[in-house]
Amino acid sequence: MTLEARLAAARAGDARATARLLTIVENDEPEAAAILRATYPQAGRALVVGVTGPPGGGKSTLVSRLVTAYRTRQARVAVVAVDPSSPFTGGAILGDRIRMRDQFLDEGVFIRSMASRGASGGLARASGRVVGVLDALGHEVVLVETVGVGQEEVEVMRVAGTVCLVTVPGLGDDIQAIKAGVLEIADVLVVNKADKPGADEAARDLQMMLTLARPRAGAWRPPIVRTTATSGEGVAELVEAVAAHAAWSAESGDGLRRRREAARVEVETLLREALLRRLEGRVGRERLGDAVARVAERQIDPFAAVEELLGG
Amino acid sequence: MAVEHEPARAGLKRPIRVVVAKAGLDGHDRGAKVVARALRDAGMEVIYTGVHQTPEQVVATALQEDADAIGVSLLSGAHNHLFPRIAALMREKGLGDVLLFGGGIIPEADVPGLTAAGVARIFPPGSSLDEIVTYLRAAVPATRAR
Amino acid sequence: MNDKQRWLESTYGPAIARHPERKERFTTLSGDPIEPVYSADDLAGFDPARDLGAPGAFPYTRGPQATMYRGRLWTMRQFAGFGSAEDTNARFRYLLDQGVHGLSTAFDLPTLMGRDADDPLAAGEVGREGVAVSSIEDMARLFDRIPLDRVTTSLTINGPASILWAMYLAVAEERGIPLASLGGTIQNDCLKEYIAQREWIVPVRPAMGLVVDTFRFAAREVPRWNPISVSGYHIREAGATALQELAFTLLDGLEYVRWGVDAGLVVDDFVPRFSFFFDVHNDFLEEVAKLRAARRIWAREVEQRWHPRNERAKILRAHAQTAGVSLMAQQPYNNVVRVALQALAAVLGGVQSLHTNSLDETYALPTEGSVTLALRTQQIIAHETGVADTIDPLAGSYAIEHLTNRFEEGFARIRDEVDAMGGMVEAVERGFPQRAIAESSFQFQQEVERGERIIVGVNRYRVDEEPPIPTLRIDPAVERRQVARLRDLRARRDEGRWRAALDRLRDAARTGAERMPAFVECAHARATVGEQVAVLKEVHGVYIDPAYV
Repeated sequence: MTLEARLAAARAGDARATARLLTIVENDEPEAAAILRATYPQAGRALVVGVTGPPGGGKSTLVSRLVTAYRTRQARVAVVAVDPSSPFTGGAILGDRIRMRDQFLDEGVFIRSMASRGASGGLARASGRVVGVLDALGHEVVLVETVGVGQEEVEVMRVAGTVCLVTVPGLGDDIQAIKAGVLEIADVLVVNKADKPGADEAARDLQMMLTLARPRAGAWRPPIVRTTATSGEGVAELVEAVAAHAAWSAESGDGLRRRREAARVEVETLLREALLRRLEGRVGRERLGDAVARVAERQIDPFAAVEELLGG
Repeated sequence: MAVEHEPARAGLKRPIRVVVAKAGLDGHDRGAKVVARALRDAGMEVIYTGVHQTPEQVVATALQEDADAIGVSLLSGAHNHLFPRIAALMREKGLGDVLLFGGGIIPEADVPGLTAAGVARIFPPGSSLDEIVTYLRAAVPATRAR
Repeated sequence: MNDKQRWLESTYGPAIARHPERKERFTTLSGDPIEPVYSADDLAGFDPARDLGAPGAFPYTRGPQATMYRGRLWTMRQFAGFGSAEDTNARFRYLLDQGVHGLSTAFDLPTLMGRDADDPLAAGEVGREGVAVSSIEDMARLFDRIPLDRVTTSLTINGPASILWAMYLAVAEERGIPLASLGGTIQNDCLKEYIAQREWIVPVRPAMGLVVDTFRFAAREVPRWNPISVSGYHIREAGATALQELAFTLLDGLEYVRWGVDAGLVVDDFVPRFSFFFDVHNDFLEEVAKLRAARRIWAREVEQRWHPRNERAKILRAHAQTAGVSLMAQQPYNNVVRVALQALAAVLGGVQSLHTNSLDETYALPTEGSVTLALRTQQIIAHETGVADTIDPLAGSYAIEHLTNRFEEGFARIRDEVDAMGGMVEAVERGFPQRAIAESSFQFQQEVERGERIIVGVNRYRVDEEPPIPTLRIDPAVERRQVARLRDLRARRDEGRWRAALDRLRDAARTGAERMPAFVECAHARATVGEQVAVLKEVHGVYIDPAYV
């Protein structure tokens, strides 16, 4: 089957076609470039919502509720759930799907689990590409879920137009452990398991952290929404808060700014890498290896080495 | 001049992806969890579905996750009903080249029937985790190559 | 330095320097270190009056009753159930003829999960792991020609326990047997389902409510009945260590007491009817110590927390089952030996009733022959070994008393952790016991695969060619017949009465009013298990398990 045919099938709702396309893109198999180029123009239409927060916050259950809410609005929904890989073995147990089991057989829902695959980076890019393809294939809402404790996971969230940070009562001092970086990118703050004691304190803590944090670009004040994912309470409010942010983002130019920034990062990084590869090609592996060895032996300093390589 | 596609995860081979499932009403998941961990420790990505999955749910998961293999643990005696059902659904959905394997309480006498129904391998009680890992490491690349 | 340390240094040390010990590490099955020898030095501070007591006296270390097996042997209660109600009824009457003292019912998976035989998810599972019971009529067939007022019955059921118990009670009522004369047990331990066995229906807190409701009803209407068997067996089978099994079980028990008290029940009235259910695994000394420690810990904890006036609230009565997970498919006759030794540990641990597994249970439910052998195992221990002729014969053994103490210390650590979380319901909702068990089970498997843990016939002393042994096959016609019976029942019953009964159940579930009377009426009105469960799901929702791996 040609690529066009497979893309058409995926757009029409063929889950196998979608799944295979995502695998190619996630793993940089030979066709990935063609897929990315073919889908790029159609991406950018979906509402991409990030859901992150410390473990134990009930994120997956909340995501499942959000899926239901968006489905009642007849939207095609995709979920990308990111879980950490073992730093030692490279393997991972991806279990976020479990909380969404009621939606497995809904043809309007596509759930994909991704592993972080280690600290070598590339998670943000891979997940960004997966989200982009799902977007282009016609999913009107794409939910991205990560456990927001690592810098990498924070980077993943940049693909989202609206980021929800989910906390729970009783975290106490652990709330301080939420990296400042995560708080800065959060557009909606959620106190889940709001039926438990300590919900008020949790909301107050978040409020205080917001006040103390750096003033954000533009005028958006992240609302604090209380939810009880297990019962569904507060989910409608959350959907509204997300919609409100998305609307503000579009009107205020914030969305444009984010897209510009993301595009800048992407283009510059690609450019940098392409140039580097070209140069590496010109310089040759042997000369490069040689220069590196001499720098390690302190026969020459790094700056001089690069001058040599570029000049020669 | 065409710019080369920049890989996101340069140098990382695509890991083996396995769905580990408990199908039917049987909730004894000690074995399934231990297998899931062992596969993770062997560098595989394991999508663990939890208990009480219907054959339809198991196959839908494998489909969306583009799994290389589905491993089903069954201790309830319902294997002669559930495995063929899962295998049939897999073929229906175009997952005919995905490996279906299983373990649990499955008498020797029932294995030929399951094989005929489409189960690639059954691991009887007492099988080691190593055997399962070795099997997948050999069999998955073979199916990917097709 | 005490005598033992001196000896280890001056005699044992040099001896093993010349001829090394046969293993690098010696641990119990649970992974705790076991020393070359135990002596009086290991029992410093041990006060027999305080820590042992007499049989039948606080803290009950030596046994719940003064006379123990001298007065009456433990109940030989073999778990049975398969196929249709008639099939199991026949097995029940066979077992009674062979000398069992009481019955214990195994239900099939659909019944355990609250589904009728014609439920789509029940396909392929009806009558396989136990007997299929969907209505009061199946229950009546199951106990046909069995005198309910003279035989005690255990119903091994959890999620829909109230429903099945109500059906049993309704059968008694229809036979004119007063409820006050009925004796038996329902397992009814929802906490361990979320932790280990995974047979749940509604979420944790509504399930706890249903359990408390049975406590109230039993205390008032069925006073000889044990409305709960707080279980460690499944927790152990899921991979927990002996200490985890002990701790989580007792903490579950304490949690049930707390919920009962919070609901307005009086400890003196309902706690005496709590029963407990433990695993007996291979490590002989550890299991004996565990059972003794369980009694002592329960007595002390209940006393300290509630100071009941009724001494029986502090007495832990235990049923035990030999470890299913220790049965191996390879060289199955080895299982006969394993079960015999495990059963001996249970008896020396002072259990009140015992089920011994059959040798063929790794493949299938037991044949008549193998279940008879399992029963004979208990009878031989009872009548030929002499261990039942004197009470708690291992008391005073340095090793046993040291291990018993160690269990109590270990329990205290886990108890403090769980108390800090706010109790077992909280701990379960956070996944604490589930994760602990997953961890232990993985470690154990690794020990086996590394050869550090020897399993005879499996990773040592293997045999290549093995002759097959006969196993029980379930006739697939059972499922068809059950489905037909259900259709027939639904056509015959009084629809008005049926509808009213389900409405009454729904109201009671919504308002938190007493549910047992509503369940009994549903039974009489021929409402099926699945229909009643559907009402509970409607009101309370369905439990979704987070699956801690």
